Amino acid sequence: MAKTVYCDIVSAEEKIFSGEVTMVSAAATTGDLGVMPGHAPMLTGLQPGPVRITRAEGPDEIYYVSGGYLEVQPNHITVLADTALRAGDMDEAAAEQARKDAERELADQSSEIDYGRAQAHLAEAMAQLRTIQKIRKKAR
Amino acid sequence: MAVGKEIRSQISSIKSTQKITSAMEMVAASKMRKAHDQMDLTRPYAEKIRNVVGHVAAADTDYEHPYMEQREVQTVGYIVVSTDRGLCGGLNHNLFKTLIRDLAQWRDQGVDVQFCTLGQKATGFFKNFGGNVVATKTQLGDRPSADELIGTIKVMLDAFSDGTIDRLYLVNNEFVNTMTQEPQVRQLLPLKPEKTQESAHNWDYIYEPGPKELLDGLMVRYIESQVYQGVVENLACEQAARMLAMKAATDNAGDIIDDLQLVYNKARQAAITQEISEIVSGAAAV
Repeated sequence: MAKTVYCDIVSAEEKIFSGEVTMVSAAATTGDLGVMPGHAPMLTGLQPGPVRITRAEGPDEIYYVSGGYLEVQPNHITVLADTALRAGDMDEAAAEQARKDAERELADQSSEIDYGRAQAHLAEAMAQLRTIQKIRKKAR
Repeated sequence: MAVGKEIRSQISSIKSTQKITSAMEMVAASKMRKAHDQMDLTRPYAEKIRNVVGHVAAADTDYEHPYMEQREVQTVGYIVVSTDRGLCGGLNHNLFKTLIRDLAQWRDQGVDVQFCTLGQKATGFFKNFGGNVVATKTQLGDRPSADELIGTIKVMLDAFSDGTIDRLYLVNNEFVNTMTQEPQVRQLLPLKPEKTQESAHNWDYIYEPGPKELLDGLMVRYIESQVYQGVVENLACEQAARMLAMKAATDNAGDIIDDLQLVYNKARQAAITQEISEIVSGAAAV
């Protein structure tokens, strides 16, 4: 029996996941990281990207977050997601479209565009694609 | 027979009004259920983030966040959450009344006030009432999303950070139950340090990258989640208030129809009686 720790993933709009897990891996601002039971208390920011939940039984679950915070307490892990959706719900075409739009906005020098925002859009779309590819690989 | 033609048309017009109000009542009831569910869904995030902020506040870092700083009050900011649509009884009116009472205190102390309005009704109210409205957001719809609010909240947070306002309040309706909605004014900034039981233990986080970067983002999220919750709660209040108002309207329409029906029947009866007595007296004369 593997050691487990309680994990909650919540976004401002809903509760996304809650249960016992053996590992949480996420893309933190300082690089990818995995948290296992017994981790020291920690607070870190998250980049847009997948959060993978490994459970003692059953398949892994992957959620996409577009940023947020990861908090580790002695017996509790909390992911405060900015906007998290179930990765399976995501539409790859829409992500591709968003990326194209963002790229077009970046390329279009003439109009007044907030480049910082366009870049953020691009990063988000890439992260969504990465999540979808991961899920696909697993499905095969 | 031309008796009571006006009364009849009045009855039918009130009946169609009654149909509309009872339909609105049912729509509001189902929307209220949804809004209430959404309110429950947003609660875990607000609780978690409150816990985290509580921990951070209790932990002794070298970094004192500006949102904790108590300053002498010269200007205050209000985020006023109202509905977009009317026909919800005295909901907005009561909210504004509470707000005005609060404002009177600040005026006595010579304190300036700035507003940020969410929802059409608050925007309209300040157009008439006057007041320095610095940010507005309307048309939030039946399912407001948290990212729609970010811009408007940021205006107020920036104002607090650069010292334009020294306190920030949130004004919204509190959902007590379906029958009762209470207007409330809550202080958002500066944060009042909350003592939780958990703050007794003395472990601290590893901050990655550093406490400053994390806290800056976290505090903004915290305020955003508080405001978002306020908006969602106000939405549930709106639907509940509309349901009650429409129920009352439907009942009142029923009463008026009953009264008019009685008047109509009496008039009809009187006309028949008169006709009979005319015929009888006519026959007697022959």
